[in-house]
Amino acid sequence: MTKKLHIEAKINGKDTEFLCEPRQSLLEVLRDVLQLTGAKEGCNNGNCGACNVLLDGRLVNSCLVMAPEIAGRSVATIEGLASPQALHPVQKAFLENAALQCGICTPGFILASKALLDQNPHPTEHQVRHWLAGNLCRCTGYDKIVRAVLDAAKT
Amino acid sequence: MKNFTYFRPTTAEQAVALLENRWGNTELLAGGTDLHDLQKEYVAQPSRVVSVTGIGALAGIRVDEKQATIGAGTKLAAIAEHADLRRHFPSLCEAASDIGGPQIRNMGTLGGNLCQRNRCWYFRDEHTPCLLKGGQRCYALDGENKYHAIFTQGRQCVIVNPSTLAPALIALGAGVNILGPKGRRSTDLAKFFFSPANANDREHTLAANEMVLEVTIPVRNWANASYEVRQKLSYDWPLVQAAVAFQGGRNGAKATGVRIVLGHVAPTPHIAEAAMKALEGRDITDANATAAGRAAAEGAKPLSQNAYKIRLVEVAVKRALLMAAGMKRYWEM
Ligand SMILES: Cc1cc2nc3c(=O)[nH]c(=O)nc-3n(C[C@H](O)[C@H](O)[C@H](O)COP(=O)(O)OP(=O)(O)OC[C@H]3O[C@@H](n4cnc5c(N)ncnc54)[C@H](O)[C@@H]3O)c2cc1C
Ligand code: SF4
Ligand code: FES
Ligand code: FES
Repeated sequence: MTKKLHIEAKINGKDTEFLCEPRQSLLEVLRDVLQLTGAKEGCNNGNCGACNVLLDGRLVNSCLVMAPEIAGRSVATIEGLASPQALHPVQKAFLENAALQCGICTPGFILASKALLDQNPHPTEHQVRHWLAGNLCRCTGYDKIVRAVLDAAKT
Repeated sequence: MKNFTYFRPTTAEQAVALLENRWGNTELLAGGTDLHDLQKEYVAQPSRVVSVTGIGALAGIRVDEKQATIGAGTKLAAIAEHADLRRHFPSLCEAASDIGGPQIRNMGTLGGNLCQRNRCWYFRDEHTPCLLKGGQRCYALDGENKYHAIFTQGRQCVIVNPSTLAPALIALGAGVNILGPKGRRSTDLAKFFFSPANANDREHTLAANEMVLEVTIPVRNWANASYEVRQKLSYDWPLVQAAVAFQGGRNGAKATGVRIVLGHVAPTPHIAEAAMKALEGRDITDANATAAGRAAAEGAKPLSQNAYKIRLVEVAVKRALLMAAGMKRYWEM
C-alpha cells in the first residue's frame, strides 16, 4: 500500500486539506474524499466533459488530472458557482431554456459555458458549438444548450 | 490502477535522474491527458511517476527574428493562442487549436503531445497482448484497421503516429532539444519519431531516461498550412492530415524548399518526398496542387479497411497547399 499524500489546495475559494493516493484522479478526490459530487463520472477518459472543473480558472477534465497535481492550486466546481442569493446567469439560462433533461451532463456544460463566456463574452453560435465539442449530452440534442449559452451571453 | 510513488522535482536534471534506463517502471507526467488514461487501462503500469509540472523553466514561448522556442511544458492552449506564433506558423497554431476540446488543450503539453502513445484500439485494450505489449502478433493486420496506416511496407506494427503537431512542426523544419543523464543533445524533429515493433520500443527515439526540453522552429517567413480531414468538425482525431511549408508560392512566385508531411497515414509522420519533388520550383496552381496530392499518395499499401485514406491524402495535400498559398478555400461555404 503506497503512502497517502497530504495535499493542500483551494477548493471553491476555501483552503482545503485532504489525503489521497497518488493514483487517485481529481474527480475521485472531489467525489469520494471531499463529497463534492457535482462533477460526474461519464467516460473517465477525457471524451465526455461530465467531470469538468476549473483549475486556476481554466476548464479541465478532472478525470484526467492526477490529484497530487492540484497542490497549491485552486479548483472551482459546480457547487461553488451560485451564490446563496442567486443562480449564476448561465445556470439561469439553462433553466429558462430547458437545456437539460436527465441532467448528468449539466454541471460540465455549465462550467464549460462559464469558461467560454469568461474568455469570450459574445461568442458566435459556431464558437459556442466548437467550444462545447468536448461535452457530450445524450438527451437534449444540444440545440437548447447552445441557445441557453447564447442567451446567457446577452445578459 | 496500479499505485505508484509520485515525484515532483523542480529541475529537469533531477527529473531525468529519477528515470530508469529502460521502459516500464518509470514515466514522466506532464498534463496527464494521455498517461493517466493509459494507467487506468493498465497499459502503462509505472511504479514511479515523475511530474514535470514543478519545473518552472519548462513552459514558455519565445519568438525572435531567427527562431521560435517552445518549452516542452507549454500547454497546447498557449500555443494555439500565441499571436507571434500564429503570425509565423499558422499551420502549428491551427493544428494545436483543433486538438480535442478546450479541456484537453488546457492540460495537454507540447512534450506530451510529441511523446503520447498511439491510439490503436488493440494497444489500448488491456486484454489484447499485441506486439507492442510483448505479444506475438499485430491484431490490426487482419482485424479492425480502418484508422491504421496505409504506408505499411516493412512495418510489423501498423499504427499511425497520433500527434497532429508533429507533421506541422516537421514541415516547418523544427528541431528538438533533449536532456539525458549525460547532458543535452539536439536532433531534427524529422528524426525524432520511430516505428515501434515490440514492448521495448516507443513511437519516438528518446531513451527511457531522456526528456524533451524544448522545440525550436526557424523563423523564415515561409508560407505554411495544415489541413485535417475528419469525420466530425471538432473533437475528433483526423483521418488524414497534410502539413506543408514552402518559400515563395504567392503572387506568381515559384514555390521552393517545398515540405509536405502527412499525419495519420504511417507509424511515423510521413515525409512525402515524391510530392515535394513534383512541386519544387513550380507555381501553386489548382492543377499543380492536385498533382502533388496524387504524388503524395504514391506507394501507399493500405490494409483491408483503409484504402479510402488514399483519396483523403490527395485531397488534404491539395487543400493544405492552396491554404498556404492564400488561395480561395473552395471547400468552405
Ligand atoms: C479526446 C481527446 C482528443 C484528442 N485529439 C487529439 C488530436 O486531434 N491530435 C493530437 O495530436 N492529439 C490529440 N489528443 C491527445 C493529446 O494531444 C495528448 O493527450 C496530449 O498532448 C498529451 O500531453 P500531456 O501533457 O497531457 O501528456 P502526458 O499524458 O502527461 O504524457 C504523455 C506521454 O508523454 C511523456 N512525456 C510528457 N512530457 C514529456 C517530456 N517533456 N519529455 C519526454 N516525455 C514526455 C509521458 O511520459 C507520457 O508517456 C487527444 C486526446 C484526447 C483525450
Ligand atoms: S497496430 Fe501495433 S499497436 Fe495495434 S495491434 Fe498491431 S502491433 Fe499492436
Ligand atoms: S468523465 Fe472526464 S471527460 Fe468523461
Ligand atoms: S441532459 Fe441527459 S445527458 Fe445531457
